[in-house]
Amino acid sequence: MENLIGLLVLAPLLGAGVLLCGGRRLDRSGPWLGTLLAAVSFALGVVLFADMLGKGGEERALDVTVFQWVPVGGFRADVGFHLDQLSMTFVLLITGVGSLIHLYSVGYMAHDERKRRFFGYLNLFLAAMLLLVLADNYLLLYVGWEGVGLASYLLIGFWQHKPSAATAAKKAFLVNRVGDMGLSIAIMLLFTTFGTFAFDPVLDRATDAGEGKLTAIALMLLLAACGKSAQVPLQSWLGDAMEGPTPVSALIHAATMVTAGVYLITRSGAVFDAAPDAQTAVVTVGAVTLLFGAIVGCAKDDIKKALAGSTMSQIGYMILAAGLGPVGYVFAIMHLVTHGFFKAGLFLGAGSVMHGMNDEVDMRRYGGLRKYMPVTFVTFGLGYLAIIGFPGLSGFFSKDKIIEAAFAKGGTEGWILGGAALLGAAITAYYMTRVMLLTFFGEKRWQPDANGELPHPHESPRTMTIPMVVLAFGSVFAGGLFSINDTFLKWLEPVTGHEEGHSPVSALTVTAATMLVLVIGVAIAWAQYGRRPVPVTAPRGSLLTRAARRDLLQDDFNHVVLVRGGEHLTRSLVYVDHTLVDGVVNGTAASVGGLSGRMRKLQNGYARSYAVSMFGGAAVLIAATLLMRAV
Amino acid sequence: MSHAASVHSLWTMSADAPQKIPAPHIEYAQLSPTLIVLGAAVLGILVEAFLPRRVRYAAQTLLTCVALAAAFAAVVALAAGGYATGKAHAAAMGAVAVDGPALFLQGTILLVSLVAVFTFAERRLDPAAHGRPVDSFAAQGAAVPGGRAEQDAVKAGFTTTEVFPLVLFAVGGMLVFPAADDLLTLFVALEVFSLPLYVLCALARRKRLLSQESAVKYFLLGAFSSAFLLFGVALLYGYAGTVTYSGIADVVSGGVRTLDPALAATTGNDALLLIGGALVLMGLLFKVGAVPFHMWTPDVYQGAPTPVTGFMAAATKVAGFGALLRLLYVVLPGLRWDWRPVMWGVAIVTMLVGAIVAVTQTDVKRLLAYSSIAHAGFILAGVVATTPDGVSSVLFYLGAYSFVTLGAFSVVTLVRDAGGEATHLSKWAGLGRRSPLTAATFAVFLLAFAGIPLTSGFAGKFAVFKAAAQGGAGPLVIVGVVSSAIAAFFYVRVIVLMFFSEPKEDGPTVAVPSALTSSAIAIGVAVTLVLGVAPQYFLDLAGQAGVFVR
Repeated sequence: MENLIGLLVLAPLLGAGVLLCGGRRLDRSGPWLGTLLAAVSFALGVVLFADMLGKGGEERALDVTVFQWVPVGGFRADVGFHLDQLSMTFVLLITGVGSLIHLYSVGYMAHDERKRRFFGYLNLFLAAMLLLVLADNYLLLYVGWEGVGLASYLLIGFWQHKPSAATAAKKAFLVNRVGDMGLSIAIMLLFTTFGTFAFDPVLDRATDAGEGKLTAIALMLLLAACGKSAQVPLQSWLGDAMEGPTPVSALIHAATMVTAGVYLITRSGAVFDAAPDAQTAVVTVGAVTLLFGAIVGCAKDDIKKALAGSTMSQIGYMILAAGLGPVGYVFAIMHLVTHGFFKAGLFLGAGSVMHGMNDEVDMRRYGGLRKYMPVTFVTFGLGYLAIIGFPGLSGFFSKDKIIEAAFAKGGTEGWILGGAALLGAAITAYYMTRVMLLTFFGEKRWQPDANGELPHPHESPRTMTIPMVVLAFGSVFAGGLFSINDTFLKWLEPVTGHEEGHSPVSALTVTAATMLVLVIGVAIAWAQYGRRPVPVTAPRGSLLTRAARRDLLQDDFNHVVLVRGGEHLTRSLVYVDHTLVDGVVNGTAASVGGLSGRMRKLQNGYARSYAVSMFGGAAVLIAATLLMRAV
Repeated sequence: MSHAASVHSLWTMSADAPQKIPAPHIEYAQLSPTLIVLGAAVLGILVEAFLPRRVRYAAQTLLTCVALAAAFAAVVALAAGGYATGKAHAAAMGAVAVDGPALFLQGTILLVSLVAVFTFAERRLDPAAHGRPVDSFAAQGAAVPGGRAEQDAVKAGFTTTEVFPLVLFAVGGMLVFPAADDLLTLFVALEVFSLPLYVLCALARRKRLLSQESAVKYFLLGAFSSAFLLFGVALLYGYAGTVTYSGIADVVSGGVRTLDPALAATTGNDALLLIGGALVLMGLLFKVGAVPFHMWTPDVYQGAPTPVTGFMAAATKVAGFGALLRLLYVVLPGLRWDWRPVMWGVAIVTMLVGAIVAVTQTDVKRLLAYSSIAHAGFILAGVVATTPDGVSSVLFYLGAYSFVTLGAFSVVTLVRDAGGEATHLSKWAGLGRRSPLTAATFAVFLLAFAGIPLTSGFAGKFAVFKAAAQGGAGPLVIVGVVSSAIAAFFYVRVIVLMFFSEPKEDGPTVAVPSALTSSAIAIGVAVTLVLGVAPQYFLDLAGQAGVFVR
């Protein structure tokens, strides 16, 4: 069984290698090859899962060391895998959703010239993401972490001929560097504190280290999570990342990669549990982001950007739950999985709509599509019901638990966090209803595209609808399946641990309140977009709306504070470099050259001068020797 | 002791010991490397005298190569026989040491000379004169440059095959020089190897006036420095009453007092010791080209025929530093606190002057000359360490450096235009575009000079600086690194010039050499890379050879 873990990572890696190096011969077969290898990886995951189910809860973890990676003196870093229930969950999510999205891409990218490369990148992403969640030490995790960053960069900028896509890729890369810096600092601190990178010794002995040091480590890990998972203050890249092809948005920027931060925090739970100040920072980040993302999602007219805001907000829920400690870890991961289903489904639905509408993304130019794209409508609708937390669907179970856990934090903090989570649920209901109404209901507001043609919406091909249907099943049933008899809780508890929260309000009250805000959110949206016709061009809107359209001024803030500040810093450094450093260097060179020229003149070619110099030298030599004795 | 002392009394106390003169006891087997080389030199003269001109070239080349190889085999045999370690002692009545450093240096000198002889024998580079192949040496050394006699000699296709016996004599002297265990042997060896070199320097086929000028300068200054050295020997004798290294060392350490009542007034007078020691040191520093006794180096390196320059730059330096090491480690260790600061100063000045003045050089041979001065400074840093590691690092450096130097000068012989070798740097512009192999080879040597890792230059420099730092000469190491940085500039500048400049219209051509020069260059590159990539075996070898016999 252990050997299969390596193969799990190797299959997509092989796919990436073959597809990226294979040349034009693979242009036709490449997409199917990539999809096949993703499916192979999924199959291996299922086999391992079945094997794991056969064992008792505590003995399920598998460890395998593939080879010694960096043996230096007494120090060792290995390429080793650790497969436990937590990583198993991720493996199934990544390979399962990944395979579906590969399949979807076969249809979606059918007319793209560079689709072979696209599938190569997708495979590369799968390999890196699997490495990230399977690594048994932080150093190898870092390799996967950077690998998914690279794949994300390549895929956001896949249509690099569009300047906006190239810029978005660069932006994502740069913002992620900040987070990655946090991770590398955290790893260095871990190493200086514990003398190893491996999870087991670090997490077992976490409490041995001082709280100050642990807080520092945890904050750096949080910074890393903020970068990868688009949390405030490093959230600005996710909206622009929607420039990538829609399957990429679904797989990387909704279902899997952006949740890596949640994985990191959950995996390092022992560190966070021992650093309460850092946990406060985590829940703050989570609560702020869940509102931030939701507000942005309300104002966007671009369907993908609205969904991106929603992703940010939903991950905020997960981060919030993870920051609550053992009370929340299980629910964070559970929401992560259900979100993986319904958000991927929503994105694929959005892609399907765009496919039928000549790549139009402005929802104000949609309308009335339910008749033309019935499968998309139904699957998207189920995803919609799941995300707003309609009773019985996936989101209902997972989100409800998080809100409950937030209240259970206790004290003022608990009220604030619970209130924020509840408010977020209301806004979610509002903006998702808005998306639904604008897209599938109401008047047709279709506009001619750049070539002057009106769109002819049509249902997408099978390769695209099948994944959507499968994901819709997940959106509907996953939550219930996980929650009946606490299946998911029992599955994950041996790894993350669990404590029952003691909420000041009863579970029933919380559920009732959630239902209430849901209805309010839907009602407002209906009042605004369902009852009245929607203008094709967006009205000016209130101050808040305008700010939200500009992503709550995040780019303006970054520009003023970071870009300007950075430019000033760079300019002054360049100035110092030019005048001081170069001055010293060039001055030294010039003075050496000048000295050389002068000393060269001593070499005048006359033997008599040479003899004098020798004589003088001998005199000095003797004098110096005698002087040494005298001293 | 008693035996050796009584023999020395033969030289030093002839006044009162006439009654018994024992036949000197000579260990011929242990002196065989030197004897083979000198014997072959004598044979070479007979060849010149009795063989017809047309077979002399082949006979001399063969004889020289065989002699050098046989002498090297003898060195190896002696080392294998334990003379480098357990059986090390002073042979020939205490005049010549047979020990680790001596054998290591003799082996190095012999190998380097053998490779150098390949370049001496090269006859493909210069266009044939009147249908006869010629080498780098004058048709007839005695003919006046540009005169009638010279034209006749050229027309007759003469070549100076005397260079081979001259080289052998020089090598013979160099073999004795680092092994000399008393001051008189040291002086004799110095003259034995210097005089043939003066002659060799004057024998260039092209630019004869420059060549003769260089020979005269070298001779005048060499004689001047020999006088200093000899005066130092006299003073040291006055101090100790003996010229043997061990005898002087004993007096310095206060062990034995007195041999000769006639010298009672001066024996043990420290002024004599210090002045005499300084003068002998000066003579040796002249030979290795240390500042301020370096001024002959650029002129002589430039004027001498390039094969001779390569031989001189490599082998003389090995012999000179060998003698310097023995003097400082055997004779003057008791005076360490007196000579160390002075040698520090010499090393620092040598490194800096060599590196700085090289920056503005425009002739590749002069550039290499200044580079050799800087390298003398680096080696001095290892000499000053006064630890066993210092000795072995210097031994390693000498072996590594001599092959790099020889290789570099061999490449210089290849780049030619109508006037012979094109040594002006401006003519080397763009050489890498037209002759990538030649330029790349030269680049390897330059990188080794600069001490870039994976070349022998790095391993050597690292060993020397490490020994110096451990021996408490930290400031010396700092100056050494700074000088290396300055030196890297002009080495890399040549590489940039060769590879990144446009070739000149009337640029030089690269002559296609015979197997002789090719193999010399190939050996140079191979040694440079092997010592750079896997230096440990040779470092260990030098480490085992690092103990002087007393």
